[in-house]
This record gives sequence, C-alpha cells and structure tokens, in this order.
Amino acid sequence: MKIKNISLAHGNGGSESKELVEGLFYSVFSNKILNKSEDAALIENGKLAFTTDSFTVNPLSFAGGDIGKLAICGTCNDLAVMGAKPKYLSIAFMIEEGFSFDELKSIIKSMHDELEKNDAIIVCGDTKVVPKGNVDKLFINTTGIGEIYYSGISASNLKEGMSILISRDIGAHGAVVFAAREGMELSTELKSDCASLYPQVKSIVDGGVNIVAMRDATRGGIAAVLNEWANASGITIEIDESKISISQEVQGICELLGFEATALANEGTFVLAVPSEDAQKALAILRQTHESSAIIGSVNSTYKGKVVLKSSWGTQRFLDLPTGELLPRIC
Amino acid sequence: MSIELKNLYDDFRDAKTIKAYAKQIAIDAKKLGRPIGIMEVCGGHTHTIMKYGLPQLMPANVHFIHGPGCPVCIMPKERVDHAYTLAMQPDVILVTLGDMIRVPGSHGSLQDARAKGADVRFVYSPIDVLKIARENPDKKVIFFAIGFETTTPMTAALLESVIKNDIKNVLFYINHVTVPEVMTTLMIDGENRPVENKIDAFLGPSHVSVIAGSQIYEPFASVYKRPVVVSGFEPVDVMQSIHMILKQLIEGRSEVEVQYARAVEKGGNKKAQELTNKYFEKAPLFSWRGLGKVPKSSWQLKDEFSAYDAQKIYDSILSKEECQDHKLCRCGDILKGLATPPDCTIFGTLCKPSNPVGSCMVSSEGACSAYYKYGNIK
Repeated sequence: MKIKNISLAHGNGGSESKELVEGLFYSVFSNKILNKSEDAALIENGKLAFTTDSFTVNPLSFAGGDIGKLAICGTCNDLAVMGAKPKYLSIAFMIEEGFSFDELKSIIKSMHDELEKNDAIIVCGDTKVVPKGNVDKLFINTTGIGEIYYSGISASNLKEGMSILISRDIGAHGAVVFAAREGMELSTELKSDCASLYPQVKSIVDGGVNIVAMRDATRGGIAAVLNEWANASGITIEIDESKISISQEVQGICELLGFEATALANEGTFVLAVPSEDAQKALAILRQTHESSAIIGSVNSTYKGKVVLKSSWGTQRFLDLPTGELLPRIC
Repeated sequence: MSIELKNLYDDFRDAKTIKAYAKQIAIDAKKLGRPIGIMEVCGGHTHTIMKYGLPQLMPANVHFIHGPGCPVCIMPKERVDHAYTLAMQPDVILVTLGDMIRVPGSHGSLQDARAKGADVRFVYSPIDVLKIARENPDKKVIFFAIGFETTTPMTAALLESVIKNDIKNVLFYINHVTVPEVMTTLMIDGENRPVENKIDAFLGPSHVSVIAGSQIYEPFASVYKRPVVVSGFEPVDVMQSIHMILKQLIEGRSEVEVQYARAVEKGGNKKAQELTNKYFEKAPLFSWRGLGKVPKSSWQLKDEFSAYDAQKIYDSILSKEECQDHKLCRCGDILKGLATPPDCTIFGTLCKPSNPVGSCMVSSEGACSAYYKYGNIK
C-alpha cells in the first residue's frame, strides 16, 4: 500500500506502524544492525546495547507515574530486556512556551528517582523551547547505552516446545492513560504499571534461567510482541487465554471502551520465552515481584507466523497484530 | 455490599455452561437432521460469535449467517463522501463515533481528511459534542450521527440539550437507520415476492431491542414463520439463544422469545422512543450499502428542526451522485447473508483492516473484520 499522509494509526505500534517503519525507514537506512529490529541495537560486537525513545504522553502525569518516570523507564527497559545494564542516558526536552517551572521540576525529580533504580546517569542533553501551540506542553526524548551482561536474546530464536511467560497482569498503563484522556472518573486503585525492569531481569539472569527472547510489551501490548516473535521465528505461539492475568479494573475499562487488554500498552510488563525446563524456575523468580505473573503458553508449529488464543471452552482463534488508531500518545 | 464489575460478565463467559449448551445444541441439531441457518442480525453478535469461536462449537448442520446490523458497514459511500466534504469546509469540526472515521469514501476516509488538515474527532458519547462546541465557539461542530435504534435517542438527547442551552454552533448530519425494515427486505422484495434465502431463524439484536422492545420482530415470527430469539452479547447468551431457537424449530413453533430478559422488555424503553419521535420522522428512502434503497428505514430531522440539519444547510455542496462499490467487493452479498467473507476474492488479500476496500472490513462489528481478526479456525 502506498501511504499518502501520515495518520495517527501509523503510530499505534501495530500493523500500520510496521508498514511505515519497514516501508520507509528500514528501506532507506538499511544496515545489518538496524535490520535486526530488536528493542535495542547491539553495537561494538555485541558489547553494548543502544536505543532511543520519545515521549509525548497526554496527560503528563497519571496514576502511577508521569512523563519523566516514563522517559527513563522506557529507554532503560529497552536496554534491560536485551540483557544490558543501563548505564548512560542523554535527554532532550521540547518545551512549550509558558510551561510551569514547578511542573518541570517535579518531572525532573521523577526522572532522578527512576535513574537511581537503574543505577544509570544522564551524561548529555539538549533543551528547546518553542512558541505556544508548537508542541503540546512537553515532549521528551531519551537515548541510552547499556552494557551487555547476558547475550543471545533475540526475537528470532523461538523453537517448538518452548514456554512463554508474562511478568504480571497486563494493560494497566494503556487503561490508566486512556481513562484519564477520556475524563473517566474511576473510583479505583488502578495504577500504570510504569516501572524499571532492570532489577527484575537481573534476578532472572542471576537465577540461572536461559532466556531465549524477552521484550517489554509497550505499544501494541502483548499482542504485538507475540506476533513479532511468531513472525520473526516462523513458529506458532499458542496462548491459553485463561492464564493471562487481567485486573478487574483493566477488564472493566476494556468492556466499557471495547478494547482487548492484549492490545493495551504496558510500561513495566515483559514477555519472556524460555526452554520449557526453565519455565517453573523463571516463574518462581517472577512471582517474587508480581503474584500475577504466569506461564501463558507455548510454542508449536500449527499455524506458522501466527498467535493462537485458546479459550477455556475448547475453541481457538488468532490473536492478530492490533490495527487502527487505538491509543494515540500513550507514551 | 458492592457488586464487582466481573460479576456482570463472569457467569456469561463460564466454560462449563458454554460446554453444556454445546452438548445440548448437538442433541437438538441431531433431532432436526436438516441444515439450519441462523442469522445474527447485529454486528455485535457477529463479533461475539467470532471472538469466542462459537462456530467451532456448532454441529455440522447448524451455521451462522451474518446479517446487516452494523451501522458502519451499511453506510453508502456517498454519505461517507458527504461527511468528507463537510469535514473539509473551513471552520467546521466534524464529530462522529468510532470506526466511522476509517471508512473509505471516493476521496478517502475521514482519517485521510484529518491528515489533510480537517478537524475530525471521534467521541464515545454524543453528549461530548457539547463540550467541543463550547470550547470552539467560532467553529461549526457537525455531528455525523450514525447507528440503529440504540443510538438515535442519544442524538435526540444531544439535540434537546443544544436547543435547551441555546448553543448556536452544533449541526447534525443524520444517518440513523432502523432494523425491522431492513430485515423485511431479506424476506420479501419490493413487490412483496418472497426472497430466496437460507435463513431459518433470527438471533435478535440486544441493544436495539432494549430501546425498541422485542415487539418489533413480531411479523418475522407470525408472518414469515421464522423463530426470533433476542439474545445478549456474551457467549453464554448466544449459546442459550441458539438452543432456544432449535427448540422452537423442533416443536414447530415460530415465536419471538427473549433470552436477554435482564435488559429487554416487549415494549422497550418508552422514554427513549418518545425522545426519538419528538425530533425525528421517518425518511422516505435510505440507500443501504449493498442492500439498495429501503423505504422508511431511516430517520430524518423534522422540518421544525431544519436550522440544525446539516444535510439541508449544506445541500448545495453535497454530491447527489450515487457511488459504486469496488467491483470485486462482496459486502452487499455478505450483508444479505448470501456470502461469507472467505467467498470474496479480495478478502485478506487486497482488502485488509489496514487497507479496507469494503465497509465490512472497516468496522470492528463487520463480518470481514471479525473473520480476518479472529481467523476462521475450524
């Protein structure tokens, strides 16, 4: 398909994003490192991981975090799930004229707190202030470098028989931000899952689990991650729907707005593929952080490149890549 | 004690209950012995049926026929073009519901119009239009109103608020349609001759019936001898309704029954009906995508509310030409229950959710979209 204008759907993390990124960016910038299309690029012969991310979330602060926390978590998590220790970050601000200094200070404070959790530092940055109306309050870009301490994690190494795990209940960030944007008054305790994943990933590695693939399920949710893996590895991922934990609040928002939790964004939730013999060990470690983590499925070869969702009454269906304009500006 | 949200749906997705109904349906179907086609009129049911994989639970001689009850799917191209034209007017904000912004017209979709600079927004509730109008006093806010009996009273309520609060910058482009008239076209043609079809019974819409009442289906049972069971949207609802339909067929009955009794009454919601009748009257004709012109199957604003009617105000710039659908697209046959999505040669190839050719691929309630998304795994 030929794209005429960029639409919001091109930023959804699903099939339209893929079309834009692969059709234009990859085709022009093509090189061996980029084409691997991992969460972070491996450079210097696989010694370092390198990644970047921009943050435009609206509203700037939400239950469980703000744009500052998100900007550190987002980039550090992309490094962490590649088996890297986040070390050095750059930061760039695009600030709208008139933005409150106190609000900026509080965002910077969140960034500082989150950096400490990753034991990472900001080493360079840039500030731009633009006239009113040229950006919406505040956009942030962060870029990060991490040191690889566990190598070989890749979306294309999944094989038949392997187990798929999820680190906690899904969809909280997407649900919180969407509810806030829609002005839904929720009398719930629901908070974004926004969190730094490095400590949790480190404990899995230290626990001796063989990690085949690992990815934080941001835009496009776990549906996007699982489809990407099925596609990259040429296998089928079969998921037992009843094993996926979805909090009541998230499910409620999905029922109200007609979403599927599997397509909602997360900012501190990751999907993990391990050899089946390591699955219980990995689960035990994940459960130390979140009781809601679970083994949700396994790899086979019935429908190559597809994700199959099995219901508890014996039917099955495909879980497709999310399409359309789901949640603009959630991160 | 408070009711937890999950109490509202958990029982209706219970694996044991679904399996038990599947067993009973297999017994019923064996008794009948012949092929049975059940049309789910409403797109919401199509979505439920595909999402929960219910065709996989049906015996070989019971199959679903997907009906015309998806408001986005049945919108003719010329009306999408009208919305596009309205959106491109200077100082206009066009507001609509959900999927409508993705339906391709002759010049593109409303999403394309927005990418070209038009101000197009979608809302979950029509009442949100008031907020947009208040925040943009120098703009004309046109509500592109779509939907069946369910959403019509919401549009009427919006108009009532607009009048009461003396808001000057809200206009309406009305595309509200009604279910019984279009169901009738599946039974008889314009000259009252029976139409060939494979529909043995109807699964009646949920939300439409909450508003209009189960009474609206009486002729289908009494005149056309098709059992009608008004069903809820959850998988247990649909399974129970199928069982009720098969029971009627076994016993040689054709009646209107309500499975969705927790929300539907025979007479429906009188207040909502009054609100609709206060502002709207039946339009002589509505051109349904794929189904053609159906008399008295839609609403228009009454003459006394012409000042709010964008169709009248912008009449001179709205094209009067009727548009043809893509010649390979079979949305029309699919909406009439004569074909299923895999029967269409462009399904999943030229026509995909990311680049829909036909409207049944656009809406999440459309049959093509449901087949594509959930896969028709047998």
